[in-house]
Amino acid sequence: MSDSPARATIRRLLRHRLFVTGLALFLIVLVLAALAPWITTVDPTKLSIRAKFKPPSMDFVFGTDNLGRSLWSRTVWGARLSVEIGVAVVVLNAIFGTLVGAISGYFRWADAPLMRINDALMAFPAILLAIGITAVLGPSTENVILALAVVYIPRTARIVRASVLVLREMEYVQAAVAAGAGHARILRTHVIPNALAPLIVQLSFLFAYAVLTEATLSFLGLGAVPPTPTWGNIMAEGRQYMIEAPWIITIPGVLLMITVMGLNLLGDGLRDVLDPRLRLQA
Amino acid sequence: MSLLSIEHLTVAFRSETGQATAIEDVSLRLEPGEILGVVGESGSGKSVTALSIMGLLPEPAARVVSGRVVFEGQVLTGMGEHRLRRIRGPGIGMIFQEPMTSLNPIFSIGEQITETLAAHGERDRPKRRDRAVEMLERVGIASAARRLGDYPHQLSGGQRQRVMIAMALACRPRLLIADEPTTALDVTTQAGILDLVLDLREQLGMAVLVITHNMGVIAEVADRVAVMYAGRIVEQSPVELLFAEPAHPYTRALLGCVPTLDDDRVRLTAIPGALPDPRTRPAGCAFAPRCGLRVDACEAAIPPLRPLGPTHEAACIRTCAG
Repeated sequence: MSDSPARATIRRLLRHRLFVTGLALFLIVLVLAALAPWITTVDPTKLSIRAKFKPPSMDFVFGTDNLGRSLWSRTVWGARLSVEIGVAVVVLNAIFGTLVGAISGYFRWADAPLMRINDALMAFPAILLAIGITAVLGPSTENVILALAVVYIPRTARIVRASVLVLREMEYVQAAVAAGAGHARILRTHVIPNALAPLIVQLSFLFAYAVLTEATLSFLGLGAVPPTPTWGNIMAEGRQYMIEAPWIITIPGVLLMITVMGLNLLGDGLRDVLDPRLRLQA
Repeated sequence: MSLLSIEHLTVAFRSETGQATAIEDVSLRLEPGEILGVVGESGSGKSVTALSIMGLLPEPAARVVSGRVVFEGQVLTGMGEHRLRRIRGPGIGMIFQEPMTSLNPIFSIGEQITETLAAHGERDRPKRRDRAVEMLERVGIASAARRLGDYPHQLSGGQRQRVMIAMALACRPRLLIADEPTTALDVTTQAGILDLVLDLREQLGMAVLVITHNMGVIAEVADRVAVMYAGRIVEQSPVELLFAEPAHPYTRALLGCVPTLDDDRVRLTAIPGALPDPRTRPAGCAFAPRCGLRVDACEAAIPPLRPLGPTHEAACIRTCAG
């Protein structure tokens, strides 16, 4: 009888086939990233000119690149970096996107100024803005995270704001005001928790975008500095040897695809379960 | 000293098409332990009156133009948000029309009641829980302790309204404002809620301001009635007197809309016409265009409330004649 909504939601998610598939795919990448120091034996930056362009074999599961570095080590460590960046961007978005969205949706006076800044940032194509920011700040992991946060926080804020605009008019919010609750308390207990469902869905897609955009940036040479391996810079280097050594570009590409597809399926599942109305529109 | 007194309150709303006066020169008094009913059609200003007591008007669109609200000697109109917050809850509680949406769907009812207590500085968790159980019992929720963990979707409409009342009562307010407390409920549930309001007044000695468009609700619970029309109070009297000798033509028309058991009418009478637009009210009596007793003088000036007896007043120039 008294089954909490959270537990009921988890049960429904685990019965959702797309969600479970997506979760499984994403878990592959997560496990690789988490276990990187233990499942790789070769330093991903260790050069070995004699072993260059080795196709996948028993010695090198994923083969080696033009400088004889183990692609297994490089892609696994690259996965770690992608996941780290994804998590950082999602966390920053969850915090600042919620903050900006909740404030501008709840306090009428804050809405116009905050949303104009938002609009200005959203007017730039995501990738262009990210390239611009990393180009100015210089290529590094931290700067990529910062750039992706700046690019995506306005989008997250919009989604939170949209929910908050509806929630602030709910009768239980009015009832809480009438019972003497302050703004901070109302936001914390009534508004933000009810805005979480669409936010969680958004954040799962955002993780995918962040990983993809990070790969793009490092493909363009604006991500983490080589020799640090990222999927983007492995692919950038492999591009020149696409005919002779197709595995160099293919392996990180496939992992990137698995990540993005897994997260998208996971997000679709979350959306179906948490926010069923959106399904009809999609 | 009255518990609550509203003195010549005028509230206006700004809209794109001009300023609309929602309530005009409204004065009401409420003594401790008294139940006052405010009755009128949709748009007559009942809810605006209630919201302005609590300082809950949707600012900046709505504005108190003149007049004031005094609660236990403190002037509420113009009071800062911080001080008002301390009165909302322990001083004045409020329950709303829609029990279906007045509870937060993602928290259990126990959490919602204890949350209100926490907002007013009750730090002790077991004490909060005990008080929540006590309140749920008081509003007639069976086996209250077991139901603390229930979520709003597990309750019926009547039960939700009871929980709403429990939430409003948790801080022991001296005044409860009930805005259409039974409108969304079916008839038997309505009767239960009204009995509950009467019991609670009896037990806790709190005053209640009931806002409704339903004369039956007024007859059931109110001690005194104020009839509102187009933003003004047109008649005020003890409830028996109002039903026995309605003075204002609008009150009579309202009572004419209520079916009774010994009625052999085939059709109920309806009041012809509609409320005047609040932006362009007539210069004289706002009810004149719909009134069967209208004379030319009605349209000359807004008739003031005039006493008809020690406890009865009405705003109609024809009351003495009619």
